[in-house]
Amino acid sequence: MPVTTIDGHEIHVDDEGFMTVYDEWDETVGKSLAAAIGVEMTDEHWGPIRFLRQDFKSESVTPTLRRVSTVGGFDTKKLFELFPKKPAKKMAYIAGLPKPHGCV
Amino acid sequence: MRNLVILGGGTAGTITANKLRKKLPKSEWTVTVVDRDDAHRYQPGYLFLPFGMYQPDDVTKSRREYISDDIPLVYGDIDRVDPEAQTVTLMDGAVLPYDQLVIATGVTPRPDQTPGMDDEGSWYTDVFDFYTYEGATRLAEKLRTWQGGKLVVQVVEMPIKCPVAPLEFSFLAEAFFTERGLRDKVDITYVTPLSSAFTKPICSERFGHLLEDRGITLEPDFMIERVDTDSKALVSFDEREIPYDLLVTIPLNMGADYIARSGLGNELNLVPVDKHTLLSKKYDTIFALGDANDIPASKAGSVAHFEIEVFVENFLQHIAGRAMTGAFDGHANCFIETGYGKAMLIDFNYDVEPLPGRFPVAGVGPMSLLKETRLNHMGKLAFRWAYWNVLMPGRPMPISAEMSMAGKHMPADKVPVS
Repeated sequence: MPVTTIDGHEIHVDDEGFMTVYDEWDETVGKSLAAAIGVEMTDEHWGPIRFLRQDFKSESVTPTLRRVSTVGGFDTKKLFELFPKKPAKKMAYIAGLPKPHGCV
Repeated sequence: MRNLVILGGGTAGTITANKLRKKLPKSEWTVTVVDRDDAHRYQPGYLFLPFGMYQPDDVTKSRREYISDDIPLVYGDIDRVDPEAQTVTLMDGAVLPYDQLVIATGVTPRPDQTPGMDDEGSWYTDVFDFYTYEGATRLAEKLRTWQGGKLVVQVVEMPIKCPVAPLEFSFLAEAFFTERGLRDKVDITYVTPLSSAFTKPICSERFGHLLEDRGITLEPDFMIERVDTDSKALVSFDEREIPYDLLVTIPLNMGADYIARSGLGNELNLVPVDKHTLLSKKYDTIFALGDANDIPASKAGSVAHFEIEVFVENFLQHIAGRAMTGAFDGHANCFIETGYGKAMLIDFNYDVEPLPGRFPVAGVGPMSLLKETRLNHMGKLAFRWAYWNVLMPGRPMPISAEMSMAGKHMPADKVPVS
């Protein structure tokens, strides 16, 4: 697994840059990851990101967009506004979680 | 006497019942199967119904005929499972106590989960599914007289039953309209929430090229928000619109509602299980097999078949109070119809994506992996016989439950550089 440095933190990432070690993340790292993909974090952005972190801790799987909406209670349309084009992938990236996988 | 209750008498439920009945002593265990009716459908055949390649009679048999005579088959809708009391209650009030429960009630297309999709006046008029018996037969009627226009084939969200079937439908539709002399009047678009034609890179690239060769437009990353039945268009969350004259959709797939009522499911009513043993993450008296569980594998009959091979021995260890030593590897094996009498074949598992090569015997085949051949098509047609006569009675199939790397190779340009 490659290791990269974000804001002075050494983090493990996969080939596509998604973090692979849960505990290497904190919100400072999250903010830097967001900036790297052109997302400026606001309070509204942190809500779903914190849900992703909490859900991954109990389920060990990056939640799907549907789960963020039905279990986390976040409006899907809003998620597309906050994390344009590919919210599921962008949220996972910023939250320091593995890329959501297809089911095949 | 201990009771094993199996909910669902489809592919997974039938194989499990027949295999376990042979293994469990009759003096110690009863095995009971519950389903709502007696119609066992051969679901891979639904793909052929819309194009008149199969007729309705080709896909339906009696469940009773395929479940061993010494297994009671109870007909009824399930109200709920009480995992603490270890009982299943049916809608008519009947209560079935169990010592071990197998949930095998699969998934069902839910057009009601996408606004506009099942609106009266559109559903089964110009919007169809083909993953249900009714949808596939109604679509067959529609295609018999449809004179062309914009055909949109669209997947709402993964996971779905048989993830390759929407691609197969698109290829078969292209061939169907070409053979009818209507191809220049039909504009076909394949709409998917995935970033490419399929989930795995090598496969995706091959399917992508095939779509291109057939003149089928690919619209990736499309997360549908609603169907606008007035303007006849799909609308995505990022406000793209795709107009259609005929929409063939694969709606959201969900597990049965009683799973939600019983507190056993995730947000899609799928039962969370250990992906290697299929044992519920919450209860050591409940397994979920086939499409009803949440394992990251294809929802396909072949997965049900391979996982049951591993599950049966595990189950015997489990009820004897021993640790389960078998581990399902996510093995799946699917024929993919491409039209014009040809098909592809893919074989893969949790860790290894579909690769080119020969199957099942390395270097010999006779099947080819990830390549269009007439023999693969013949294999798909022959499989219907094997399904009813070998698979459902629980007889051994000549393919290992564990995926083999023999005969498979990574294309040279894909070998990871270390």
